[in-house]
Amino acid sequence: MAVDSQVQSRSAALETATAAAGGGEPGPRRTVGEVTVANPVMSCRQVNVHYGDKHAIRDVNLDIAHNEVIAMIGPSGCGKSTFLRCLNRLNDTIPSAVVTGTITLDGQDIYDRRQDVVQLRARVGMVFQKPNPFPKSVYENVAYGPRIHGLAADRSELDEIVQTSLQRAGLWDEVKDRLDEPGTALSGGQQQRLCIARTIAVSPEVILMDEPCSALDPIATARIEDLIDELRQNYAIGIVTHSMQQAARVSQRTAYFHLGDLIEVGSTDMIFTNPKHRLTEDYITGRFG
Amino acid sequence: MNRPDPGLVAQEQARVRERVERGLRHRYRAERRFQAYGLCAALAGILFVGFLFFSIVSTGHTAFVQTYIRLDIKFYPELIDPEDKKDVASLRAGDFTGVIKRSLRENFPQVEARADLRQLYALISDGASFDLRDMVLAEPALVGETRELWLLAADDIDQIVKGKIDRESPEGQRVVSDMQLGWLDELSTEQRVEKRFNRIFFTAGDSREPEQAGVLGALVGSFLTLIVTLLLSFPIGVAAAVYLEEFAPANRFTDLIEVNINNLAAVPSIVFGLLGLAVFIKFFGVPRSAPLVGGLVLTLMTLPTIIIASRAAIKAVPPSIREAALGIGASQVQVVAHHVLPLAMPGMLTGAIIGMARALGESAPLLMIGMVAFIADVPGSLTDPATVLPVQVFLWADSPERAFLERTSGTIMVLLAFLLLMNAAAVILRQKFERRW
Repeated sequence: MAVDSQVQSRSAALETATAAAGGGEPGPRRTVGEVTVANPVMSCRQVNVHYGDKHAIRDVNLDIAHNEVIAMIGPSGCGKSTFLRCLNRLNDTIPSAVVTGTITLDGQDIYDRRQDVVQLRARVGMVFQKPNPFPKSVYENVAYGPRIHGLAADRSELDEIVQTSLQRAGLWDEVKDRLDEPGTALSGGQQQRLCIARTIAVSPEVILMDEPCSALDPIATARIEDLIDELRQNYAIGIVTHSMQQAARVSQRTAYFHLGDLIEVGSTDMIFTNPKHRLTEDYITGRFG
Repeated sequence: MNRPDPGLVAQEQARVRERVERGLRHRYRAERRFQAYGLCAALAGILFVGFLFFSIVSTGHTAFVQTYIRLDIKFYPELIDPEDKKDVASLRAGDFTGVIKRSLRENFPQVEARADLRQLYALISDGASFDLRDMVLAEPALVGETRELWLLAADDIDQIVKGKIDRESPEGQRVVSDMQLGWLDELSTEQRVEKRFNRIFFTAGDSREPEQAGVLGALVGSFLTLIVTLLLSFPIGVAAAVYLEEFAPANRFTDLIEVNINNLAAVPSIVFGLLGLAVFIKFFGVPRSAPLVGGLVLTLMTLPTIIIASRAAIKAVPPSIREAALGIGASQVQVVAHHVLPLAMPGMLTGAIIGMARALGESAPLLMIGMVAFIADVPGSLTDPATVLPVQVFLWADSPERAFLERTSGTIMVLLAFLLLMNAAAVILRQKFERRW
């Protein structure tokens, strides 16, 4: 509860700050728009990431709502992927990375010493830029998560989880007869859906996607985008993308990052039709980036 | 934007085209020359290896056959069992050398002078009497009988038959006298001399007599030593590599370990032998000359190779696989055990093969821990005194007897065959691991 009240007071302060914020002055920028939502599933306050001497992201405040797709856009190197990787503590694997600030999942600080990182990553799943199925069979790829977490009591239950996950990922019909074939033998788009199935097999609350379609052709991309839209019914989704069209198509809210700062957050419609900040406008109109 | 003059651009393009064309021939010639250098280097390598194999096989292949002489042997009861006890102990104590000598005299009645007789007896190996004894012990009824038997020829006679000693050289310069050559020719014309497969070479331990010496002792010694080395160095090496790559914090201490491992790989192997002598034998009291201590010393020597190769293999596992596993909540150990190790296993096995091949061919460190001793028995356990194939090569190459020359090359061939077998096993294992994906 203490964390909650802290978050409340901070967000109140933020609102007044953002109201006062103006154009694109250098130095730490204040985020334009509504960073908070009612009843967020994840909530980030004053998040800073340093890679050694490099200050990768600065004072980012952002909430992720239930049943919502939030897109993170921005030019290369703006820190959007870094931010995404903070949300399931995957930055822990980089020795030089230092993360400060508060990130909560259902009100629990995920960087708290008592937070088990394995538990966290089971609750916050991730899909990567390049499809990275394990060099095992399709079945084993999906079954791996449930197996290590002991989610299935017996083989039939595991079969069930695998089938449901593949169905939800829209892959079941294509692979139901080739579950024993290696996952790496599938096409790129199928591999990415397999990775999504693998992620949802452990029933996470949040799914993070780091440019999930950048290695795929337009048809495969369209399928993944449809899938993301369906998945929104059950999960909160954070997606990093380089394609503004994709952000516009799949997301409800959009956050624009620029050189480590979160410049503007708002409903996707607003960001793309009526951006408040000059940098956002420059980016979405294609003037740079 | 200032637009360049189209005429100038066309001029520049023509100039470039002409330049490229002029240089092309030179460029292709340089490429062909470069390819030729490479081909020459490869051919030189093949030539050297071919020469090596040719010289080893051409000297060594005769070690696999051995000359035998057929004689009518009478099992004289008065020599074998003078008191007519017919029990095993007295049969074992029988004078079988005397049996052979008297049979030889019967076969060559014209030889009478004592010095000539000594030369006659030298046709047959001392080991032949043991064969006779074994025959009698197996079948006591033989005593008193006469049998036509193939007896092991002495090493010098064997070398004459194989043409390794020049018959035409002056008598004083060869170990076989003219008289012996005469008897040998006499036996040959009677079809009493034959080269047969040299079973002794593969079933006996070392001996001072070349015709009775075999590589089995060294082969078993090598096998036992390598088993110890493999069982210790592979798990320790892989565990060290996994720790250093996956778990060790990046600090000065790990840096120190890393530098030391890399340095260890460059330490001359004989130094490991000294270390083994001081630590394992003097301090821990491990029996000397034994495969156990040999394996321990070779483990020290092999570890850096395996650690370095394993670390490279672990590093080569794509980070995306690690992230995928971490991303669905696998713990660090699960990531390593389920994904990194299986993917790195072929590379680790390659490192192990290289390390074991080096260990198999190593002799210097083993000299320091007493595996160079003359050991006639085939070792039966890890603590029995033993020697290994390369040390056997070293020992025989040092022996004055002519017949040890071909046996040295023969041993090298056995060593190479061992190596090939070991590598084949590792390759099969590797393919098995790779096929799992």
